[in-house]
Amino acid sequence: MKLRIRFSKKGPVKFIGHLDILRYFQKAFRRADYDLIYSQGFHPHPILSFASPLGVGLESEGEYMDLEVNTMDSPAVMLERLNAQMAEGIEANCYSVLRDDAKNSMSILAAADYKVCFRDGRMPCDRTKMEEMIEAFLACEQIPVEKKTKKNLLEIDIRPMIRTLSVKEDGSIWMQVSAGSAANLKPELLLESMFCQNGIAFDPYALLITRLEMYAADADGRLVPLSEYQAVSADKLSVCSKEMEA
Amino acid sequence: MMRKLALSDDILLAVEKPARYLGNEINAVYKDKESVDIRFAMCFPDVYEIGMSYLGIQIIYDLLNARDDIACERVYSPWTDLDKIMRERNIPLFALESQDPVKDFDFLGITLQYEMCYTNILQVLDLSGIPLYAAERSEEDPIVIGGGPCVYNPEPIADFFDMFYIGEGETVYYDLMDTYKACKKAGESRRAFLEKAAKIPGIYVPQLYDVSYHEDGTIADFVPNVEGIPEKIEKQVVSDLSHVIYPEKPLVPFIKVTQDRVVLEIQRGCIRGCRFCQAGMVYRPNRERSLEYLKDKAIKILTSTGHDEISLSSLSSSDYSDLPELTDFLIDYCEKKKINISLPSLRIDAFSLDVMSKVQDIRKSSLTFAPEAGSQRLRDVINKGLTEEVILKGAGDAFRGGWNRVKLYFMLGQPTETQEDIFGIADLANKIALEFYDIPKEDRPGNKRVEIVVSTSFFVPKPFTPFQWSRQCTEDEFRDKQRYLSNSIRESLNHRSIRYNWHEFHLTELEGILARGDRKLSEVLVNAYQSGCLFDSWSECFRNDLWVHAFEKAGMDPAFYVHRERGAEEIFPWDFIDAGVTKAFLRREYERALDEKVTPNCRQGCSGCGCRVYGGGVCYEA
Repeated sequence: MKLRIRFSKKGPVKFIGHLDILRYFQKAFRRADYDLIYSQGFHPHPILSFASPLGVGLESEGEYMDLEVNTMDSPAVMLERLNAQMAEGIEANCYSVLRDDAKNSMSILAAADYKVCFRDGRMPCDRTKMEEMIEAFLACEQIPVEKKTKKNLLEIDIRPMIRTLSVKEDGSIWMQVSAGSAANLKPELLLESMFCQNGIAFDPYALLITRLEMYAADADGRLVPLSEYQAVSADKLSVCSKEMEA
Repeated sequence: MMRKLALSDDILLAVEKPARYLGNEINAVYKDKESVDIRFAMCFPDVYEIGMSYLGIQIIYDLLNARDDIACERVYSPWTDLDKIMRERNIPLFALESQDPVKDFDFLGITLQYEMCYTNILQVLDLSGIPLYAAERSEEDPIVIGGGPCVYNPEPIADFFDMFYIGEGETVYYDLMDTYKACKKAGESRRAFLEKAAKIPGIYVPQLYDVSYHEDGTIADFVPNVEGIPEKIEKQVVSDLSHVIYPEKPLVPFIKVTQDRVVLEIQRGCIRGCRFCQAGMVYRPNRERSLEYLKDKAIKILTSTGHDEISLSSLSSSDYSDLPELTDFLIDYCEKKKINISLPSLRIDAFSLDVMSKVQDIRKSSLTFAPEAGSQRLRDVINKGLTEEVILKGAGDAFRGGWNRVKLYFMLGQPTETQEDIFGIADLANKIALEFYDIPKEDRPGNKRVEIVVSTSFFVPKPFTPFQWSRQCTEDEFRDKQRYLSNSIRESLNHRSIRYNWHEFHLTELEGILARGDRKLSEVLVNAYQSGCLFDSWSECFRNDLWVHAFEKAGMDPAFYVHRERGAEEIFPWDFIDAGVTKAFLRREYERALDEKVTPNCRQGCSGCGCRVYGGGVCYEA
């Protein structure tokens, strides 16, 4: 049975890197007594995969991992069992049972929502200025930026990767951007480019970034949260501890 | 409400592996500091990944937190990057659970696993804002207590500790805590508590003992300076390891640590009596945990941690009486649960080859032999009861069973070693290769070649071993031995199948000095630390030039501690400790070593080492 679990990652655990989170979940599923399907060989490991690695220092409301199990209890019980084994700051908040032919989340990921706050008053300009900057930024037909790859510097146009970008009353910036293997835009890169365009110094340490949701695109190009894409059922955590804003 | 961290996000984003400083691991224990009487900060003075791998801290953590009136938290050495930031910004060292400064705690416990961590002890004290010298501490400072293997000669660091506990953690800590609690309640002074603690068996309070020296630098006298405390500190041991607390919910770190698995300690001590081995002497008597106890703990710990690997821990697993039953049980349980089993320190024989073939991928694993010396003569000197015949038979069986990789461990510089003994290492490696090539080509495993890795370390004489009187080789001698071996291997018939690895000798010299050093060394340690020495066990951090300077500045000659054969009558800095094995036994063993005489192991016959007094273990087996 193919499953997809959405989880949040907040507080001190934001400093735990992607590979360590993978190892963490391998152990957590054992503690929660999930009947996972394992790989073959002398050192079998559970078949677990993540939609997209989350950078160190970022928080999230909507991380996704895919797994396969032989047997399962009701989604509510499975969520409860897993959450009983979580460290502070990590909480499974949605449990989807997928169709047998469902593709893994990494391959279908198309976009992600992010919220960016500025740490303790380190907003580089006021809200009005920010609004103006965003308006001008979105008005650009092309936004070339230099992106470092493993081998060299690549110039890419990030404009088509920005679906929405706005600033809220509280000064936080919200965006929906491309994600996944075809095109992936990190919020830091977007903001650096925008600040740079306006001659504002960019301090990556001032940002507190939260990934809110991840999506796949359906046949019509509409974005569907990964928890619902190719899913037979998607059970959200009943006692919702998080403040999901629109 | 999320826990508040001691370090800001900016700092955590700037340092390597921020997870070292967060706490929050699975099975970590959090207590309200208002609800406890004693706060105990347990420190491993090395980086998190090393410290988290050590069972001893888990035992103490579990033991102390089992009591409602005590909160035990953990502290590790900040790595050099954070160390620098903490100094620049005056950030005090903190414990992981509460993230509160160490200075707020009642106790700072420091485990002493190896000599090369001594400058890190000073780092921990310094960053905590605790005076380095115990004599300079006030009523506000935590009581600094040391434990672990290096307490079998705590003298080089005696000035930095309020007390040491000599023995196994399970026995005396509660008494010590009760005494502290009573003193605190009665408003008694630090000094009053130290004097009371000094009467608890196993507790050594260095300030309450005076040392005087002969003109040649050796010890003349070592005596208490207050009434009513023992002249000798008796090592404390658990006599029955099958009815004692064991951490059933050990911490599970987020980041990969050295021991990223369940560690099941099957026994303590060793029956073998290798004459170079300190652990084999100071952890006597050998005591096994019962099969039922181990089965129960294995399941509980695997369940509570979710680890996918379990490792048996002991000095010599093959000597554990119920090993076949234990491995059968584990293989059966772990196969169902997809858990790996690792079996270190097994003697290579038919049984172990059979077990290993069940738990490892033969093609990817290697066999390990630790002959420690290259010739039978020298193996007799060190009382390593492994013969060439047994090694070759084991290797031959293994090759026919499918293995083609062998690791061999030796020490260079043991007492009486000659060129012939060193040549014996190359010769043995060559013979093992021959054993492989004697097998018809079509029956050989793997890629039809054998890979033999020879590793040598340099011998450091340790306190409470028969070789405690022995001189340590100089760096030049070590270099010559290593070159000679390297050449001998290169000239052997099968040199293409043999690889040779060796250790650094500067570190060995310092380890030797600190292992058998005395209180006069505290000045050198402070000099070294203040000039920038830290993480000395990490070769990328070790600064030999600074250490040389630290000795010069203190006007001390390192040769006194290492290159001198000690006299039979000499009083050693560690003689005030009664570790069970008597000095007379150790001297007898040293003389037998020089006569090339083997001493039987504890199961073959009692050699009267002195450990029967503990009333348990192998000494009382039927």
